[in-house]
Amino acid sequence: MTLLEVDGISVSFDGFQAINGLSFAIGEPELRAVIGPNGAGKTTFMDIVTGKTRPDSGRVLWGETNRNILGQSESAIARLGIGRKFQKPTVFEDQTVRENLAMALKDRRGPFSVLFGLPADEGRLLDFAEEVGLAAQLDRLAGELSHGQKQWLEIGMLLAQEPRLLLVDEPAAGMTPAEREHTTDLLKRLARRHAVVVVEHDMDFVRRLDCRVTVLHEGRVLAEGSLDHVTQNQDVIDVYLGR
Amino acid sequence: MTDAALPLRSGRPPVRRTSTMVFLVALAAFAVLVTVLAGADMISTSFVKLLGKTLCLALAAVAMDVVWGYTGILSLGHMAFFGLGGYAIGMWLMWARTEAIVASNLAASALPPTPGELREGIGGQIFGVVGSSDIPLIWSFAHSLPLQLAMVVLVPGLLALVFGWLAFRSRVTGVYLSILTQAMTLALSLYLFQNDTGLRGNNGLSGLQNIPGFPAASQAQISIAFFWASALALALGYLLFAWVVSGRMGSVLRAVRDDEARVRFLGYHVESFKLFAFTLTAVVTGIAGALYYPQAGIINPGEVAPIASIYLAVWVAIGGRGRLYGAAIGAIAVSLVSNWFTSGGAPDLDLGVYEIRWTEWWLVLLGVSFVLVTLLAPKGLGGLVDLWTQRRRGPARRAAYGPDTGAKRPEEGAE
Ligand SMILES: Nc1ncnc2c1ncn2[C@@H]1O[C@H](COP(=O)(O)OP(=O)(O)O)[C@@H](O)[C@H]1O
Ligand SMILES: [Mg+2]
Repeated sequence: MTLLEVDGISVSFDGFQAINGLSFAIGEPELRAVIGPNGAGKTTFMDIVTGKTRPDSGRVLWGETNRNILGQSESAIARLGIGRKFQKPTVFEDQTVRENLAMALKDRRGPFSVLFGLPADEGRLLDFAEEVGLAAQLDRLAGELSHGQKQWLEIGMLLAQEPRLLLVDEPAAGMTPAEREHTTDLLKRLARRHAVVVVEHDMDFVRRLDCRVTVLHEGRVLAEGSLDHVTQNQDVIDVYLGR
Repeated sequence: MTDAALPLRSGRPPVRRTSTMVFLVALAAFAVLVTVLAGADMISTSFVKLLGKTLCLALAAVAMDVVWGYTGILSLGHMAFFGLGGYAIGMWLMWARTEAIVASNLAASALPPTPGELREGIGGQIFGVVGSSDIPLIWSFAHSLPLQLAMVVLVPGLLALVFGWLAFRSRVTGVYLSILTQAMTLALSLYLFQNDTGLRGNNGLSGLQNIPGFPAASQAQISIAFFWASALALALGYLLFAWVVSGRMGSVLRAVRDDEARVRFLGYHVESFKLFAFTLTAVVTGIAGALYYPQAGIINPGEVAPIASIYLAVWVAIGGRGRLYGAAIGAIAVSLVSNWFTSGGAPDLDLGVYEIRWTEWWLVLLGVSFVLVTLLAPKGLGGLVDLWTQRRRGPARRAAYGPDTGAKRPEEGAE
């Protein structure tokens, strides 16, 4: 089943066409890697899906009913079940790992539910902390974590939201080879039940994901298919791999 | 490290629970001390009133800290809510007292006064100063204490709700929002200054120190009663806010302060949380104002001038934003010192060539202190508490508060 369908979106910033008639679809469950040179529009694509950037034209259709979610607020889109990990890890540095995770845990989000609700379920919280290897760091401030640990914390927060669609922007940046392997395993496992879109530069990482690949270039889809298929595509070789 | 002390399932760190207890105990001890000293005639009634008023200012500062220090909304308009609370209670105080005076005057005449005559008399007494004796529509509830008490909460609450909704919905943030809040309080004060808006223009409301229904009570008794009411309000407000800023709500509010865009992607409707903090603190500030002005005796439109709200922010900054007791300490310390300087308590400084008169130079001193604290000690007076607790516990790991400090806080903590 198609969970998210992006249909002919375009967006320009001060005349610069960052996304140019992009169409894209992902099912549930599915794992998809998105690759493309710097400035191809990968992050902007995620910005549009999550409501951060309004496109000039096009539609973003979601879920069983194919509802157009363009124009909804970022928070409403997140509550639909679209979670995001940012390229640059953004965790709340002034708060503990526990507080960061507790904020992300799937739960009611209104001010009064938050005020009068029960404290975070410690069991669930620990599960997610263990998943990302931070169970021993729960009471440390996120700002004290290493860059790699912050990446993991943000992944943990993404998991804790229990989204249906995960948009993961360059997760392996700043990770050790062992951590990268752990990340690919985790993403593959998640993709058994969820829709997962991973943006990554590192070809070995993408190869290990062993999934369908979409190549973006100048805001358009240049090629789509298995990694071997797209790496043999002459256009792709010209603009990306051959540089 | 506080880690070991943290129970597994904990919403609030023990540090904050301790500081709340210490604050409440200190406040209770202070209230008892003042009562004893006043009973022994060692402090004057006007000094008791000054202390009571100061506690109300401290409550407003604690509210300001929640909206600014925790949520990151630098509201420079919260004293508008303080003034509205004061006007709401002032209307009843003035009405009820005038009613009693008019009734006793009319009682001397042969026929008992009709309700119409009574109203006419009250109207003439209250609005004579603005050349009118008609009773404006906004005084419709002034005869009723319960209704005016409701206004103490509803008027600031509704203004904050509407203003906040409009401002936050259009995602006005930072300095633009601060300017907007200044415009709000300026507009309110200009509105109140007009004679035809029904609140006696620049005369304001006066005689508020006389509490109707207690004709026999002396000002000494009234001052102690209001002092205790102010202390109680501060204690309850402090507890309320300590609860609000703990647990997940506190976590979300601080997250909104530090990176509101990121909070949205977690599914929280940031504007609702800002509106919640803005409106709740406005209501509490209104209540603080309703307790303040009976002790001040008079309220006029100058009280909601833009500068008043700037002072509130300065107190919180000097006390140390992001911790409730810091805000309270800042408001108490600065407003008492300010009172000492401006009432001529500080001896003038003769430099030979120039004589520094503190009544004039105090504001300069306050401005310089504000700049120094902002630059050199962003944690404010509350930071002194850290120095003390760190010495007891060894170097603390928990970070300094501050949205604009970098990530490298453990190092700073050892300063
Ligand atoms: N908010 C913005 N304003 C102006 N230009 C932008 C903005 N966001 C992205 N861009 C531009 O759009 C292009 C695509 O950016 P991005 O989506 O970040 O690329 P990628 O993530 O694939 O490296 C870049 O040239 C970038 O400079
Ligand atoms: Mg990018």
